[in-house]
Amino acid sequence: MNPLLELTQVGIEFSTAKGSFRALQSVDLKINKGEYISLIGHSGCGKSTVLNIVAGLLQATEGGVVLNGKEVNEPGPERAVVFQNHSLLPWLSAYENVELAVKQVFRGKKSKAEMKAWIEHNLELVHMTHAMHKRPDEISGGMKQRVGIARALAMEPQVLLMDEPFGALDALTRAHLQDSLMDIQKELNNTVIMITHDVDEAVLLSDRIVMMTNGPAATIGEILHIDLERPRNRLQLADDPRYNHYRHQVLSFLYEKQRKTDDSLPATQPHGQVSGSQIIKENHETRAINTPAGHSHAHTPDQDKANQLKTA
Amino acid sequence: MSIALTQTLSKISWLEPMIKAAQGENRSQNLSIIAKAIGIPLAGILVFLMIWHAAASSINTSLGKFPGPADVLIQSKTLISEHITEREKAAAFYQRQDERNARRLAQDPDYIVKIRDYTGKPTYVDQIGTSLITVLSGFLIASLIAIPLGIVIGLSANLYSAFNPVIQIFKPVSPLAWLPLVTMVVSAVYVSDDPVVAKSFVTSMITVMLCCLWPTVINTAVGVASISQDLKNVSQVLRLSWLTHVRKIVLPAAIPMMFTGLRLSLSIAWMVLIAAEMLAQNPGLGKFVWDEFQNGSSNSLGRIMVAVITIGLIGFALDRIMLLLQRSVSWDKSATLR
Repeated sequence: MNPLLELTQVGIEFSTAKGSFRALQSVDLKINKGEYISLIGHSGCGKSTVLNIVAGLLQATEGGVVLNGKEVNEPGPERAVVFQNHSLLPWLSAYENVELAVKQVFRGKKSKAEMKAWIEHNLELVHMTHAMHKRPDEISGGMKQRVGIARALAMEPQVLLMDEPFGALDALTRAHLQDSLMDIQKELNNTVIMITHDVDEAVLLSDRIVMMTNGPAATIGEILHIDLERPRNRLQLADDPRYNHYRHQVLSFLYEKQRKTDDSLPATQPHGQVSGSQIIKENHETRAINTPAGHSHAHTPDQDKANQLKTA
Repeated sequence: MSIALTQTLSKISWLEPMIKAAQGENRSQNLSIIAKAIGIPLAGILVFLMIWHAAASSINTSLGKFPGPADVLIQSKTLISEHITEREKAAAFYQRQDERNARRLAQDPDYIVKIRDYTGKPTYVDQIGTSLITVLSGFLIASLIAIPLGIVIGLSANLYSAFNPVIQIFKPVSPLAWLPLVTMVVSAVYVSDDPVVAKSFVTSMITVMLCCLWPTVINTAVGVASISQDLKNVSQVLRLSWLTHVRKIVLPAAIPMMFTGLRLSLSIAWMVLIAAEMLAQNPGLGKFVWDEFQNGSSNSLGRIMVAVITIGLIGFALDRIMLLLQRSVSWDKSATLR
């Protein structure tokens, strides 16, 4: 079977005031239909750059992306993006935000009534029917992200691209949304590329975790296959040795093989400026140092969430 | 309906406690809020009137004492009664004309009725009306040019850099500098035996337009240029056409800044108008002030002072109307607009 999406020798160079900066080098990745891929790596390693190249928002300097036999050169709704900070239009209600996408994608293909039903169906998938006529400033961060996901799903994309979709949310909301996303994924079986900083999230949701080396000239370091049967349950998995093994492999990649140098550690950040994703990393950092390699008494994901909450 | 009305009214700060008090909500507390909201500004006005009165009586000019608040009150009453008398005269004139025409028609059915306009001089109220029409048409034309221009140059950094020096140079130009040029151009271009509007009207309108164009252009451009990359990405992923992009994303995103510009433009338009009318002899408030100055009677200074206060009040009212408009179209309800 041919892969749905194929990245071949993708590299990108940005020209800056100090000369050119090579962000990515020879990224090769084949993704099959219905696969759920996570991209994980330290900040600044070019995860978002990979996603933006697939989205068509950035153009690769060399190499290329082929989706369904066609080269990707520009953005388009068949590669819908869920942005990190929801990116809803603040002057439109949840319904109207999804409507803008649906009207654009299904103009001439669906009747007015069909469009309305389709918009409502997608908002129902993310459990937002109760607040669909509210505007973004009237709903919580998690709800905004739900609407963002509904908007992307409503485009019926061939590949769904998610740029740290839950990065800005608190741990409990994030867990809720991950569960929702797994339910939706069970139903629709989309092809997904998701960027994340959260090791638990990556292991819980993905079929494969693509781990990226540190920049500059970042590339794919290792790819981890997650052979956990679906549906997955976070509570059961917390005690599953395979789950913890996968987690350990990701952690050891991030904190042993691709350890960041001291000057870029979040601990040097002045207090109060630490962003959510950095807090998560900090926790992993402590964990990676304190946990013995055998990893027999691993933290459960829920304990980790609690830690994150406390830190936040 | 009444709820919507109450909500709209409660946006006016001192009306909110008033409505609440009327609805019986925490009456004593709301009444004290009202007393503060109305009482303190009122006290300020009173102190100002007292200082004005004291200062005015010690200033002597060749036309008598500088008008104090009392003189201004008398003159404003005179101006209103002049207006009423003039209207009565006009009504009487039209009545006589109608009667005469009716009699003629009765004598001779083939008589073609001639209707002549009343040719009395414009009253103070007429002049206010002319000024408002002039300023609003100048402002409207300026907005019709400035908003699209602002959007276009806001969308392109290169266009913005190209237009910016021109805008910055023309922005501080006084209406008095434009006026002679505009007058000559209008006289040369606007030639018609039966003009729809007077030349003086066109001249002052164009001068107003030239002066109030810039704040809207600049603010719209800045509003458009500062749309977040996220929203632009959304538009790209959806492959919105240029027109849909402008209509669905650029325009709503820029509306708050656009209205900031429009408000600045309107207040500049109103300021410029008085100067323009004075020199273009457009029959408005500016001409009224000029005529009174030339007239030089003992009442003139008082009448000019009435005009000064009227100009201030109308300018204030125009700004409030724009503020209400801005609030009603602004999607960012968290922003405090004042």
